[in-house]
Amino acid sequence: MPVIMSAMNTPPVTAHKLVDAPTKRGLFLGFLMVGLQGFGGVLPFARRMLVEQHRWLSEREFNEVLSLSQFLPGPNIVNVSIIIGNRFRGPLGSIAATLGLMLMPFVIVLVLAALYARFADLAPVRGATNGVSAAATGLIIATGLKMAHPLKGIPWHIVMCALTFIAIALLRLPLLWVLAVLAPVSIAIARWMMQR
Amino acid sequence: MISSVLTELAWQFSLLSFLAIGGVNALIPEIHRRVVEMEHWMTDADFAQAFAIAQAAPGPNMLIVSVIGWKVSGLLGALVATAAICVPSSALTFAVAHIWDRFREAPLRAAIQHGLAPVTVGLVLASGYILARTVDQTWGALAITVATVAVTLATRLHPLLLLAAGAALGIAGFV
Repeated sequence: MPVIMSAMNTPPVTAHKLVDAPTKRGLFLGFLMVGLQGFGGVLPFARRMLVEQHRWLSEREFNEVLSLSQFLPGPNIVNVSIIIGNRFRGPLGSIAATLGLMLMPFVIVLVLAALYARFADLAPVRGATNGVSAAATGLIIATGLKMAHPLKGIPWHIVMCALTFIAIALLRLPLLWVLAVLAPVSIAIARWMMQR
Repeated sequence: MISSVLTELAWQFSLLSFLAIGGVNALIPEIHRRVVEMEHWMTDADFAQAFAIAQAAPGPNMLIVSVIGWKVSGLLGALVATAAICVPSSALTFAVAHIWDRFREAPLRAAIQHGLAPVTVGLVLASGYILARTVDQTWGALAITVATVAVTLATRLHPLLLLAAGAALGIAGFV
């Protein structure tokens, strides 16, 4: 059983017995359902599918996969599907999981876009779209505020967060340059604070 | 030339793929800067609509990229833009996943995670600000945004309900 073997290379973390490794088809279908369920964030649904429903991962394994996915660039949930697919079925497993994840949302969003283009002249359609984007903007601001909560009480975190906000939102500087300066500085401060 | 537009889409979004720390939500200001301000592929209003359509569909929040690709160059544009935002970062993830566990206890790994956290939060807050400036063109829209923030912070209502409430208010002519 390749799952258990690969799990043995890292410290054993499984609290409960994990089921057999999923097939490529299983990966595709599992992530297909995740893609269809997730509104306003797919990660909670991915966690439920992987940990609770299929038991492909333990809770701790999921958290480790998630922290790696968030650390690397790119859409977090896509990174999760890449890592999980690869862990069980190699590169083809990654492709099966990611295609499963993306297929239906991609089709649905294009159908919505085509419908919108066709009916954009109708006032209720425009109204609904404006209302959804206003609410969705609120969701993103709320996400940002929730993420900001743990920064409270760490002054240099607040300063780095504020500098990033000012550079991107107010000064409209290119992201590449902002990250090239602020990310190394922030990591250096973190390293220095940890060594003290 | 269609192919040059596709090449440009592929190029722009593959670059963004590597810059997307903290996911695609954190990328919105940069996407807006490139797509609306630099390339003039779409107007502010188009951008707000693409954002709304992407949010109304299930799945990862990177779908705004698919809608932008579709607007710029049809189905092929959507495929190219979506692949461009996914493939480079996925290839990196694939490569790094193998060596990551070996550095479980490495102090640098902790420093990187700890150091990037506030930058990521700043990026998401900047996204909210840029979106609010793009989307909230009326007092009604601004009120919906503010109410959504308040309700999200105070309750555990499903986000889909809040999007539906926004749609209903919009249809009622509130926006």
